[in-house]
Amino acid sequence: MENERIDQIIDKHQGEASSLIQVLLEIQCENRWLPKEALERVSEKLQVPLTRIQHIATFYKAFSLVPKGRHEIHICVGTACHVRGATRVLDNVQDLLGIKPGETDLDLKFSLETVNCVGCCALGPVMDVDGKIYGNMAPSKTADVIKNYE
Amino acid sequence: MPRINSPEELEKVRQEILSRRDPSKPCISICAGAGCLASGAGEVIAAFKAEIEKQGLTTEVNTKGTGCPGFCERGPVLVIYPEEICYLQVKPEDVPEIVSQTIKEKKVVDRLLYADPTTGEKATHESDIPFYKNQERNILGSNIKIDPKSIEDYLAIDGYSALSKVLFLMTSEQVLEEVKKSNLRGRGGGGFPAGRKWEGSRNAPDPIKYVIVNADEGDPGAFMDRALLEGNPHSILEGLIIGAYTIGSHEGYVYVRQEYPLAVENVNIAIRQAEEYGFLGRNILGSGFDFTVKVHQGAGAFVCGESTALMTALEGRAGEPRPKYVRSNIVGLWGKPTVLNNVETWANVPLIINKGADWFTQFGTEGSKGTKIFSLVGKITNTGLVEVSMGITLKDIIYKIGGGIPGGKRFKAVQTGGPSGGCIPEKLLDLKVGYDELTKAGSMMGSGGMIVMDEDTCMVDVARYFLNFLIDESCGKCTPCREGMRQMLKILNNIAEGKGREGDIELLEELAEVAVDASLCALGKSAPNPLLSTLRYFRDEYEAHIKEKRCPALSCKELIAYHIDPDKCQACMICLKQCPAEAVIGGKNRIHVIDQEKCTKCGTCFEVCPPRFGAVQKISGEPVPAPIPEDARTIVRKSKEK
Repeated sequence: MENERIDQIIDKHQGEASSLIQVLLEIQCENRWLPKEALERVSEKLQVPLTRIQHIATFYKAFSLVPKGRHEIHICVGTACHVRGATRVLDNVQDLLGIKPGETDLDLKFSLETVNCVGCCALGPVMDVDGKIYGNMAPSKTADVIKNYE
Repeated sequence: MPRINSPEELEKVRQEILSRRDPSKPCISICAGAGCLASGAGEVIAAFKAEIEKQGLTTEVNTKGTGCPGFCERGPVLVIYPEEICYLQVKPEDVPEIVSQTIKEKKVVDRLLYADPTTGEKATHESDIPFYKNQERNILGSNIKIDPKSIEDYLAIDGYSALSKVLFLMTSEQVLEEVKKSNLRGRGGGGFPAGRKWEGSRNAPDPIKYVIVNADEGDPGAFMDRALLEGNPHSILEGLIIGAYTIGSHEGYVYVRQEYPLAVENVNIAIRQAEEYGFLGRNILGSGFDFTVKVHQGAGAFVCGESTALMTALEGRAGEPRPKYVRSNIVGLWGKPTVLNNVETWANVPLIINKGADWFTQFGTEGSKGTKIFSLVGKITNTGLVEVSMGITLKDIIYKIGGGIPGGKRFKAVQTGGPSGGCIPEKLLDLKVGYDELTKAGSMMGSGGMIVMDEDTCMVDVARYFLNFLIDESCGKCTPCREGMRQMLKILNNIAEGKGREGDIELLEELAEVAVDASLCALGKSAPNPLLSTLRYFRDEYEAHIKEKRCPALSCKELIAYHIDPDKCQACMICLKQCPAEAVIGGKNRIHVIDQEKCTKCGTCFEVCPPRFGAVQKISGEPVPAPIPEDARTIVRKSKEK
């Protein structure tokens, strides 16, 4: 990510140190992960120590310090999905992709994450790929969904 | 739009909006909440726009995407005004028929109506459907009437009239008295009286004060705040501005989790519109009162729903709670007096001002007044958001509104209060819903998640699930929460995996007691609730896991096995083809057998085996029967004998 773009984001938030989380969220949203160089730039511009930025970047779930795959799979493990069998769906996706939640496969195709409720409980168990919701999932259906993504 | 500078001008604007609206003009309101969008509401809205244009009705019909009316189970949901015809599970293919039949011919499309599952009787209007009929929809009721992105829609239903009343007809003392009299308690979980919280901040000497909307709805399985913020953001802003006026604050925040992009978008639009119209900013409605609001997105941390952690996050730091020797309404955000209330609490405020505390207190019980929105989810026929008077029984919510348990299964428990709540068993279903009543039963109101569980849900697994969740979300600051929960989970994992030992239950109880007593914030203090409540009501399930190595709900993977009954198997090949682990051995006319070594216990075979055969069985606590010998596996079908 270009330093110029980072500066723009920081300026948008009036360069206040208290807007650190909002700045990081915007960088994460655009770049999909937080490279070290970007964090250093933020640290310099906002006059916030890098240790504090690291603390925040590792405390909150929205941030990733490693590159993400082209497609992000979120398996909802909210309570409603859980009682409807989300664990079995998750196990199955893990087996299919060979990665665990929080991981990205070697060719950067898929990243797998769990999410604690996407608010579509009527459709549970729910699987979300790049923001598209697949409802009423079952272990037997996951392969059909995943094969649609290149 | 020029700024509105007085109550008279506001009424003039309102009348002008209403005069432009013809109440007899057909309006198609389609739920554009997250649930319905996921079931295809976006395509339905697009189909309506295209069809209406195609039929040349653009000027004669309005179409709008609205907030969530709650009946997610049957989404996409739509209501056609002025007749208030309610269609459910509408698909884009249905759209041409709806336009030509209902809009043009004024005929009802029968197959899209709600049909009673037992009698088959159809219901034409929203209010005739049992799911809605038994609710008290003071807050949620407006959602389907308005496009959340239109301030005119909100003004058309009397929006911002409470704010105008407060600014010009009431002193801040009177507002405070009204809110105190209403006995409105925090809807986010704790149930602290809002009036008392406001009073504390109001009386604090510091001239700089803050108000905050807590929309960091992190409870898994709860989405009522999301529905309100997405569906009617102006009502929350109006409540917030009234609160700010009451305590003398000039700056407010909406803290909303970034996992709710639509809520973030709608509340930002609402703030922009309110600024433009003069409901926010300097000299609001010409009253001399100034107030601004900023949106802060949460970056994904459940603990930030806790008030002090949320304030720390707003300050741009890692959201760790702090001790509350002094309450945050005295020393809060940046050390200033801060009133933080939940979305639903704020949404109640304009209603209390407009209709009065006496109106509000007619709903509810002695200790819990008003209505509460619950998200009714899990093993329930009608998943969705329900708004009910406090004091309604759990049984009424689950059976009258929720339609009971699907698939002829037996009810086991209902979990309320999110990860800090507990499980309530069948024998307590007559319990009246209220803050104190739920706490007495070992659970809590929480933000309003209500997860129904049936006989297939293992209570050990539920306790394990919540602990797992909380370990992930614990900020790690204090030891009883961080380490205590980890040890509890270790024991629970052992129990669920069949490695439980005598004495485990007692050890769990001891650990839970320490976490309750010694944790700093509510997350740790209430973390053992799911464990303790399941131990209290379902101890026998724990004992079966430990002593008999059996999971009574046939759910814990390590304690169950799948087996195909050779007498019932018809060698239909369905499970064989669908098994993701290729663990089913068999073939055409060969009775199928599960290779227990390969089986991952995903349950696919159990789900796909045609019910008329019912050959796949789950077993627990007993050895798997030996597979039938190879030479006995051939099925000789009668038709082929000849």
